[in-house]
Amino acid sequence: MSTNTEGPPVTRDHEPTQVADDGMEVIARTQGQMVLRRFLRHRAAMLGLGTLLFIVVLAYTSIGYGPFGGWWDKSFLRTGTVLDGGRPTLFTEGFALGEHPFGQDNVGKDYFALVMRGTQQSLVVAFIIGIVTTLLGTLIGAAAGFFRGRTEAVLMRITDAMISVPTLIFAAIVAAVFGRTGIVFLGIALGVVTWTGLARLVRGEFMALREKEFVEAARAIGTSNWRIITKHILPNTVGVIIVTATLAIAAGILLETALSFLGLGIQPPDVSLGSLITEYQTAMVSRPWLFWWPGIFIVAIALSVNFIGDGLRDAFDPRQNRVRD
Amino acid sequence: MAVFILRRFIISTFTLLAASFVVYFGVSISGDPFEDLRGIQDEGDAQIQIAARRELLQLDVPVPLRWFNWLTGIFRGDFGLNIRNQDVSALLSNAAAATMQMVIVATVLAIVLGVTVGIVSALRQYSGFDYSLTFAAFLFYSLPVFWVAVMLKQYAAIEFNNWLRDPTISPTVTVVVALLAAVAWQALIGGDRQRRLVVSITSFASTAAVLVFFSTTRWFADPGFGTIVVGVMSVISAVVATYLTAGFRHRPPLQAAGATAVAGVGFYLVGGPILAEPSAWTLLGLFVLGIGAALGIGAGLGGIHRRQAMSASALTAVLVSGVIFMDQLLQAYERFFGLVRGRPISTVGSATPGFTGNFWEVGLDSISHLMLPTVALLLISFAVYTRYTRASMLEVMNQDYIRTARAKGLTERTVVMRHGFRNALIPVTTLMAFDFGAVIGGAVITEQVFGWQGMGTLFIRGLNEVDPNPVMAFFVVAGGSIVVFNMIADIAYAYLDPRIRLS
Repeated sequence: MSTNTEGPPVTRDHEPTQVADDGMEVIARTQGQMVLRRFLRHRAAMLGLGTLLFIVVLAYTSIGYGPFGGWWDKSFLRTGTVLDGGRPTLFTEGFALGEHPFGQDNVGKDYFALVMRGTQQSLVVAFIIGIVTTLLGTLIGAAAGFFRGRTEAVLMRITDAMISVPTLIFAAIVAAVFGRTGIVFLGIALGVVTWTGLARLVRGEFMALREKEFVEAARAIGTSNWRIITKHILPNTVGVIIVTATLAIAAGILLETALSFLGLGIQPPDVSLGSLITEYQTAMVSRPWLFWWPGIFIVAIALSVNFIGDGLRDAFDPRQNRVRD
Repeated sequence: MAVFILRRFIISTFTLLAASFVVYFGVSISGDPFEDLRGIQDEGDAQIQIAARRELLQLDVPVPLRWFNWLTGIFRGDFGLNIRNQDVSALLSNAAAATMQMVIVATVLAIVLGVTVGIVSALRQYSGFDYSLTFAAFLFYSLPVFWVAVMLKQYAAIEFNNWLRDPTISPTVTVVVALLAAVAWQALIGGDRQRRLVVSITSFASTAAVLVFFSTTRWFADPGFGTIVVGVMSVISAVVATYLTAGFRHRPPLQAAGATAVAGVGFYLVGGPILAEPSAWTLLGLFVLGIGAALGIGAGLGGIHRRQAMSASALTAVLVSGVIFMDQLLQAYERFFGLVRGRPISTVGSATPGFTGNFWEVGLDSISHLMLPTVALLLISFAVYTRYTRASMLEVMNQDYIRTARAKGLTERTVVMRHGFRNALIPVTTLMAFDFGAVIGGAVITEQVFGWQGMGTLFIRGLNEVDPNPVMAFFVVAGGSIVVFNMIADIAYAYLDPRIRLS
């Protein structure tokens, strides 16, 4: 997976094109273009991105979301008659979905619709967790790392106190308080307890960057703190932030499924991938598909997001990839 | 150094206090503590019970004051009562032992295995081994713990127990496993094409031979080592220990390690009566005694290579003790197998109810209960440690001082073990403290799948019933052990990095 992502030799000049001495044409690329290029050449990350897009499109177009209808005619709430013991019909007769591609549960609900609904809800929660974590972590880490002094002491003590409680424990308590108020609040609440890691990373980056000459130069010409933070330091930390945000989404999916397993996540009649596994875990021997499908979707989502994160890390910071001499 | 650790300790105590308030507050406002009583038909009875519970949980007192009462109780060693009027201290002492055992075993195994595999993976960067390991780490990292736990319960416990009724290995499985072993070993050892071929063929043949032997002698029905295997494994331990600590260039370390292995096997042969019915303390004493003896042997035989000889023979002593321990456990297997009616891998609880036996049988019983939850818990931590160690080792091996070490003619073993390994461990120690909290969180989930009455149950039930005291008892143990683990990590950090010690 960690293929050598270095492109052909590039110059760091900003002139559009120039002809080198040996007559070879050298194309100048901006930092952003170089990162994008490395990312697009990362095979595992591309595979992950493709899988994730496929799952997202499948989940949201099939049964529709909110007011939008989908192409799949069965609802995840409607029970029905159990056909053929509820066995999956996917690919049983050639390359066709059949009546119930993922099978049915014991009361005849269409399991494809259930898994799609679970995927939708898990994705929504995970993305909200990712966004909230990123915003809070960046804000707190940046404030602590830039202003130092008392601001830093207070913010970092809060971070330490939060880290001394295992995330799952904290998340379970927060979910018990906010979980019944709906999926958006659940996501926000979980984001509020998972930002600590990113805050520490961002703080470290800020502490190192604020001592650099270019920050001093900016300050010397009278640039405001806000402008220094947003225009001079933040763009230099964007790599760390994007990578951590991606990994936070993967962790968010798993956190939500774990909480659903403990009965604290999304509440019935709505479902998430975690609550599906929990509900049907005893069916593993009699109706194994009820156990396998949601699990496969969780692993597929988490794995592809993790691969995307890895690709982004390699794209932003290719040092790790260099082959040893 | 002592000041550094003391300061960290005081700060963590205060952060723990603050966190305890947040947790207490969160649990107290998380729901309706009378939910189960609201359904009672008899109106008068319901009122009486609600009033009694209000009294028991002190619901008329404001939450911060309740927290303060709880806190003063903790300092007297009183964890309070739960919603059913039971003493939480008693519940906790039953629950904590099993859970902490599982958490600590999982963490230690994850560190040892993860660091070892991570280092090998970094040294074989971009090999087949490295790629498959990277993929495995990502996969483990993306697995929901409970999903794995449910699968382990089905396949590694129930189906394995079924298989044990007739423990034979089919030829197909033998060939497949042997092929996998061949691929893995040649990727691991590396080298040119000829060497890879030799390694593949050798490992294929030996794996297949071992599997056929296991199958035909029905070894899994009554596993055991026997004197010869213990002897051979002890000699291998001595060679491995010498390779890792001192190398073979000079004789004395190997001689010292060999002498230690011989002494260990000698004790194994004559010490049977002591080992038959030991207590845990006897074993611990023997272990310490063995290490001491090994250090003595190393010092005596080492000559000018005294230090290396001492570490080689001490490591040998640890490995040989492990071999003897395993052997003794397996000797008790037959009786244990009968006691659990032929289904050794358990799926429920942390111990067989009413199980009695000597040290080894009880040991086997708790291992058979601990094994699967620990594996489920291990996978994620293992993945994190491998990735982290690999990255850290790659970075270290690119440093200039490694090039210097190579340039002055040190052997690759010395470069890796002395200059690389130790420095690569420094960032890994900071991971330890973080990861430990995650493992405790994972333990809550695995315990639910395997039906343990452990700390996780205490926590979840307390949270569902809006009953803060059991949750706080869990928090005290979890938070306290995280603080302790943080300190261990700090000490390890200071040991590995002299800049911390001397500042």
